[in-house]
Amino acid sequence: MKSEKILLRFPKTETGKPIVYHLIKDYNLVVNIYVAKITQDKEGYLVVNLTGEEADLARGKAFLRSLQVQVESVENGILRDNSRCTHCGNCVSHCPTNALHIADRKTMRVELDQSLCIACSLCTTNCPFGACTSVF
Amino acid sequence: MRTYKQINDRIASGKAVVLTAEEIIDYVERKGEEKALAEVDVVTTATFGPMCSSGCFLNFGQCVPKIRISECTIDGVEAYGGLAAVDVFLGATQLRVNAPANLTFPGEFSFGGAHVIEKLVAGEMVEVIATSYGTQDYPRRELRTEVCIHDLNQAIMVNPRNCYQNYNVAVNCSEKRLYTYLGQLEPNMQNASYSSAGQLSPLLNDPWYETIGIGTAVWLAGARGHVHAEGTQHFPTCQRNHNGVPMEGAGTLGLTADMKQMQRKYVRACSFRGYGVSLALGVGIPIPILNQRILRQVCVRDSEILAPITDYSLDYPMKTGRVLGYVNYEQLKSGQIELDGRKIATSSLSSYSLALEIAELLKAEISEGKFLLSEPLQLLPREQSSKPFPIREKTI
Ligand code: SF4
Ligand code: SF4
Repeated sequence: MKSEKILLRFPKTETGKPIVYHLIKDYNLVVNIYVAKITQDKEGYLVVNLTGEEADLARGKAFLRSLQVQVESVENGILRDNSRCTHCGNCVSHCPTNALHIADRKTMRVELDQSLCIACSLCTTNCPFGACTSVF
Repeated sequence: MRTYKQINDRIASGKAVVLTAEEIIDYVERKGEEKALAEVDVVTTATFGPMCSSGCFLNFGQCVPKIRISECTIDGVEAYGGLAAVDVFLGATQLRVNAPANLTFPGEFSFGGAHVIEKLVAGEMVEVIATSYGTQDYPRRELRTEVCIHDLNQAIMVNPRNCYQNYNVAVNCSEKRLYTYLGQLEPNMQNASYSSAGQLSPLLNDPWYETIGIGTAVWLAGARGHVHAEGTQHFPTCQRNHNGVPMEGAGTLGLTADMKQMQRKYVRACSFRGYGVSLALGVGIPIPILNQRILRQVCVRDSEILAPITDYSLDYPMKTGRVLGYVNYEQLKSGQIELDGRKIATSSLSSYSLALEIAELLKAEISEGKFLLSEPLQLLPREQSSKPFPIREKTI
């Protein structure tokens, strides 16, 4: 069994399709949805965790790509502009996964552990300095 | 015992011993008070955080034909023109003309006076539109142009209230989310928000305003500036801890400095969803170690500074004065506090990391003989309380 956290971008033409259903039914994947969003331009975004046999995972991702869904790493979902971040720490108590955290209480610098981020965007609405931006 | 003159002579000759307000704590612990008193000349304090009561006076210079500005916007933000011909005052929290504000709640407040100030400091171009009723000596009735800070004669930051001595810890006891100047407060006290540099903060290291007064030289966002007045809402009469440190907001400072010398990193616009625009500033203030009493005061630590936990759903807006409890900055900085047996996640709006950086920068400037101290021309009031805003029904 393998688990993978990915960011899916759906073009306008694919947002109406029951893609998650197929991932579960046809590829035996356990799908945990962190974020689902459709933008004003009718593009869709899903941040999901897929769990299943390695072969099923590969087939599932190939299926997604065949539908012109872009499969990306979640790490690309949230960007923190280090030149704008003041390390105030306001985002820390709003981040549900501790991706944003203070590692050293002496310097109080705010670190971002991309591997924990689920691209929920809570930091983008909670950063007063506009340092965090979301791709969707 | 030392005098300002002795300290400045040592600074000028490059011999002054300077430590940050964080370093002095360990130093005294290691070397003992007597030795520290004999050795240390200056301790640097600093803070970086949103300070809404900030703004600047700008002088554009004259065009041909001349104008006597009556209305003015800069990047769409109104600047007050009720001054001489080409002088305006731009306030940090002013929104764009026609900004939606909280029309659809919570508003985004993505641009305002603070953003214009940050752009100016960064040397970027801003659009100025001005109108006038026209006079015989100032015939021009309107203008539209682009300028940057280098085009201006003066750009002087004048902040009525900076550097709050201490501050509230905000929580939300209600059932719905609150959008405040201390950030979003989740229902049922899920988070607590504070804003102070604690043991590094200027007025917490000089609780009775013995060295920080009107005329004190300060480091304001990279420029050399001064305390020009007591800050608005300077209310030193308050509950104080055994060490004299206030347990609430208490003292404030009015600061001024030349914006042309400032650095963008320390002049930062911020947007609070549902609340508005503010300006975060970096301030550093040196404290001369004149005597033992002052040395003891700058050794204050986070664990000895208490802040009041305040409910922003009711007690703050309704001014009830109720405090839910007190916590110290060591607890606040740990990321979690406890109130009535409940654990609450904390986060800050003031950047301790940048405050440390500023304390170090100021320390370097003083050590290199580039920043001299100035003795206050006038001390700040040590007794003064808040007056309420009387709401009087007008009877005809
Ligand atoms: S709230 Fe914004 S500025 Fe503050 S630490 Fe987080 S990302 Fe940085
Ligand atoms: S999007 Fe921001 S708040 Fe959400 S998990 Fe990632 S870092 Fe944390």
